[in-house]
Amino acid sequence: MSKIVSVTGNHSASWAARTAIPAVIAAYPITPQTTIVEKIAEFVENGDLKSEYVRVESEHSAMAACIGASALGLRTFTATSSHGLALMHEMLHWAGRARLPVVMPVVNRSLGPPWNIWVDHSDSMAQRDTGWIQFYASNNQEVYDTVLMLFRLCEAPKVLLPGMVALDAYILSHTFTSIEVYDHEEITDFLPSYQAEHWKLDPKDPMATGNIAGPEYYYELSYAVHEGFEAARKMIPKVEADFKKHFGRFHGGFIDTYQCDDAEVIFIAMGTMGEEAQLAVEELRNEGIRAGSARLRVFRPFPAEQIQALANKAKAFVVVDRSLSYGHLGGAVTEIRSALYRGGQTIPVQGVIAGLGGRDVRYTDIKKLIHLGFDAADKGEVKPDIFYGLKR
Amino acid sequence: MVTIKELPRDEYIELGHAACAGCGATIAIRHALKALGGNTILTVPACCMSVIQGLFPKNALHLPVLNTAFETAGAAASGIAAGLKFMGKDKDINVMAWAGDGGTYDIGIQALSGAAERQTNFIYTCYNNESYGNTGQQRSGATPYGAFSTTTPIIGKQEHRKPMARIMAEHGIPYTASISAAYPRLVFETYSKAKDVVGTRFIEVHAMCPTGWRCATWDSVKFGKLAVETGVWIMWEKEGDEWRFLGLSKRIAEGKIKRKPLMDYLKPQGRFRTLIKDPERVKEFERGINREWEILKKRVGC
Amino acid sequence: MTPLKRNPPNRRFTCITYPEAGAMGLTGDWRIFRPVVDKEKCTGCQICWMYCPDTAITMDENNKPVFNLEYCKGCMICETNCPVKAISRVRETEAEAAVEK
Repeated sequence: MSKIVSVTGNHSASWAARTAIPAVIAAYPITPQTTIVEKIAEFVENGDLKSEYVRVESEHSAMAACIGASALGLRTFTATSSHGLALMHEMLHWAGRARLPVVMPVVNRSLGPPWNIWVDHSDSMAQRDTGWIQFYASNNQEVYDTVLMLFRLCEAPKVLLPGMVALDAYILSHTFTSIEVYDHEEITDFLPSYQAEHWKLDPKDPMATGNIAGPEYYYELSYAVHEGFEAARKMIPKVEADFKKHFGRFHGGFIDTYQCDDAEVIFIAMGTMGEEAQLAVEELRNEGIRAGSARLRVFRPFPAEQIQALANKAKAFVVVDRSLSYGHLGGAVTEIRSALYRGGQTIPVQGVIAGLGGRDVRYTDIKKLIHLGFDAADKGEVKPDIFYGLKR
Repeated sequence: MVTIKELPRDEYIELGHAACAGCGATIAIRHALKALGGNTILTVPACCMSVIQGLFPKNALHLPVLNTAFETAGAAASGIAAGLKFMGKDKDINVMAWAGDGGTYDIGIQALSGAAERQTNFIYTCYNNESYGNTGQQRSGATPYGAFSTTTPIIGKQEHRKPMARIMAEHGIPYTASISAAYPRLVFETYSKAKDVVGTRFIEVHAMCPTGWRCATWDSVKFGKLAVETGVWIMWEKEGDEWRFLGLSKRIAEGKIKRKPLMDYLKPQGRFRTLIKDPERVKEFERGINREWEILKKRVGC
Repeated sequence: MTPLKRNPPNRRFTCITYPEAGAMGLTGDWRIFRPVVDKEKCTGCQICWMYCPDTAITMDENNKPVFNLEYCKGCMICETNCPVKAISRVRETEAEAAVEK
């Protein structure tokens, strides 16, 4: 029976694994992801979760082991963060291009040096082009639900891509809230067992994956991955609708909008900052200011059309990135501007870098940033991208 | 010892694969797979075998193969082994990682060591052609002392190779063997034995490489045998806690035959051209070989 | 081994490949020397078969080697390892000329 448990964001991910029952879980501990794999170990050792749990010797091996198991046509799961994700990078490509639907929570943390274990989106943003579906969660229930939805989405025959759900270090990973969790039997209608229809390692029907393909094939195989993403784009709304039908919850689809219908300025961010923004918007609305919040929930496939639709109504965007592509700007603002340009839209987009390495961004800060959007809308021009709160 | 006529006729490697002419590694995999049979899943990291399989959309191996990244053979095999265990098929299907010396001695040692420590149920083969053969004979941890490689082009390698099989044996795995592709019947027997062992099995096969060793293709097997006959390559196995020499190495260890002169092996191979000009370095080469013999003799207890 | 019969795979979909002869083409083209067996001398020991890296040797009904010249790369390991010197090394150009005659 479903029940309410009081858990951290990390344990929400562990509970989701317990509900989905992956055949193989291979993982390596890294702060702040550790409690995900510790809880899973507890589930496995006390018999609550009948998965094969491989306690590998690195994240690179964790992903390689998941790839090996997934190649047998089995459901697989791992979790990591920061340097662990960076170490996995090579194998992320391998899972993506081999079309293996591994599901992985990523606890967003900064990269060193210096050592810093706090929230920062640099780790997952740097994996943008690896062929992984990317979701960003903003609360513990969403972490749990998104893992289940990702299994459904990633394992769909037309999609067959790996997927990650990112959750902010400590703000979610180590913060308790109550969430609703289910037994495996309660979710099988929504999430049936995985049947690999594309290929699998089976001595009865031997086939190989990954031997050399020349320039005459490689491009097409890359395009096939892109097609997988386009299929995912079509399927995400269906999966979310079906999830709502079964469990009554909806987390906003590609973009979780709040008060955007008549908003003049829309604040766009990912992860918990996107949820925090709702509080800022509420206060501004009380002051008579027409602000809105759009939490970018899916980063790959990128919801360009949804961004364009938002721009049709608003006068300006304020986009905050909790990561920095050195020598350019934030990842999200770059993509949003690109989407608008493609849509022929010219509203001002104020780019902001904030909250790196765990620097707190409060709703009061977000209010200030939204005001910058109004300045831009009034003047019709944008200040250069802002490094908010930077001490010089 | 199995006779040639008893070797199975089934071939798991197809005609028209991409190995160089005279490839020792291909002789090795041919007979290894004859021993393991078709109920085997292979994982191959970047190495010559990732090329030997041939080009998309074909493949020269009649087995399910997961090609994987350079350093991941041990880890990918761990995942396959775990998955088979989940399905209850771990007793019916063999899992074998087939990796080169670069992928074993150097970049892949972490994943391999981890897999061995976890007592993963699989066979790990290192076919050792003593350089990064696939990328054009760069120096690896397995390249012998003094040998030419494209990254030790003038002086030759200045360090001895790692005792990789011994490193693996010391992991306490149930079966370790060091054999040579020049003796296909021994290859077959070793894999036949390894097949029935449960746990991590590490088999290193000395694999002649005419391309890298700078010798004629038709001398491939000759140099494989000479490596053993001169004592440069030592064939042995460790089963449980028992170490023993194998084949010709056993007869050398027992003093039944004498090691052939080292120069018989070094002189005709182009890769040792610089080494043999310096008697001091040849002595150093020999010191390395003798040291390994002494250590192994102690292990075997003779 | 004969490949299993199967529906045509959707090869565009992912980088899967199937076992088939000639994954690197007709590798007999690589050959400089051609092995030629003297069936009188051959004792049928099968050492040539055992060592062939290219699986290009099969034994006929009289237990004599048959070379698959479409794929034999001409490494001549069979020649050097034949205990009775029953296999000889013929330069490919000469072998072809001899065949034409």
